[in-house]
Amino acid sequence: MNAPLYEIGAFGDTGALLFALGLGLVFGWFLERGGLGNATKLAGQFYLTDLTVFKVMFSAIVTTLLGVYWLSKLGWLELPLVFLPPTYVLPQLLGGAVFGLGFVMGGLCPGTSCVAASTGKTDGLMVVAGMLFGVFAFNEAFPLLEGVYRATPMGSVTIPGVLGVPFGVVVFAVVAIALGAFRAAGWLEARA
Amino acid sequence: MLPAVGAAPATAAAPPDAEGHGAARPGAREARPYMNPYLAGVGIGLVLLAAFVIMGRGLGASGAFSSAVAAGVSSIAPERARTLEPYAAYMGDERRGPLADWLVFEIVGVTIGGALSAWLAGRMRRGIDKGPRVSNGGRLAYAFGGGTIMGIGAKLARGCTSGQALTGGALLSVGSWLFILAAFAAAYAASPLFRKEWT
Repeated sequence: MNAPLYEIGAFGDTGALLFALGLGLVFGWFLERGGLGNATKLAGQFYLTDLTVFKVMFSAIVTTLLGVYWLSKLGWLELPLVFLPPTYVLPQLLGGAVFGLGFVMGGLCPGTSCVAASTGKTDGLMVVAGMLFGVFAFNEAFPLLEGVYRATPMGSVTIPGVLGVPFGVVVFAVVAIALGAFRAAGWLEARA
Repeated sequence: MLPAVGAAPATAAAPPDAEGHGAARPGAREARPYMNPYLAGVGIGLVLLAAFVIMGRGLGASGAFSSAVAAGVSSIAPERARTLEPYAAYMGDERRGPLADWLVFEIVGVTIGGALSAWLAGRMRRGIDKGPRVSNGGRLAYAFGGGTIMGIGAKLARGCTSGQALTGGALLSVGSWLFILAAFAAAYAASPLFRKEWT
């Protein structure tokens, strides 16, 4: 087997959209099942009363990370063909901070706001509306923001690449940190 | 000390703060408890891995909002949508239009999958999730404001919790991990300002 399937021409653009719909459906299912369509539960992350966001997010990252590592080691997944988001240090630090402020204020992130909205939550619908307005506002202000947006480009770089250590070492470190943090999360919740 | 932690907000004892009316609506089906968060995380991780294997790209959410905004603007001001870069970048294929896009279809899937899950678990009900000390109108204003700020932040960072944190995070992208650290640091730093909204 060789993957990514789309990149090696196993199916066309219409097929890709159907896969997108199907994968999105399962993604939305697990978000809702995990309780991430509920803003009160998400906000609990920032008051250390409910660490569901952290648990779901990091167990997902660790799962994918291990999958990517082993599939590419076995030669089944051509990692260079998987799109790696490019790094722009300043806008990603700044944008991340702005995003975090909006996150604790809105209580939902863009993906989970769609789940909240489609499960009957009016606050979810308002976050969706706000997102649309925010994207519009950014786009209209783009000529002013373009300098920051394009600042400090580093290309598509990874942590092991920048540190000059093997991919597997960083995978091991992330998994070890995650396991420690999961224990700490349980302890924090028990205290809250 | 806080009554509304853990499973409380959306489980059987219907939230007393949802739209002001709560407990025991007769005939309302009992909501089932949420799944173990680690299992839900593993499920999401496998979906993301499948996206890499099938498509060679990951999941996302804010990109779908960009496509929707580009579609809206192009229907009102087509010239602007063609020329201003953040719209033009999301105009997609000339013939198929901005909405025939991987992330748009994925997000449509997310809304359907979420609704299906909630419905089967008896959690599909109208309401507003919030702490007990804020009015419905106040919470909705915060929701709109938070969404607006997140929209700006996600554009600046080229992605959100799905496209940067999950997808880029699982590929060990440097920028994605900077995004994760900055987002959580800012959210914790700002959390005292919104304590009344949530607790």
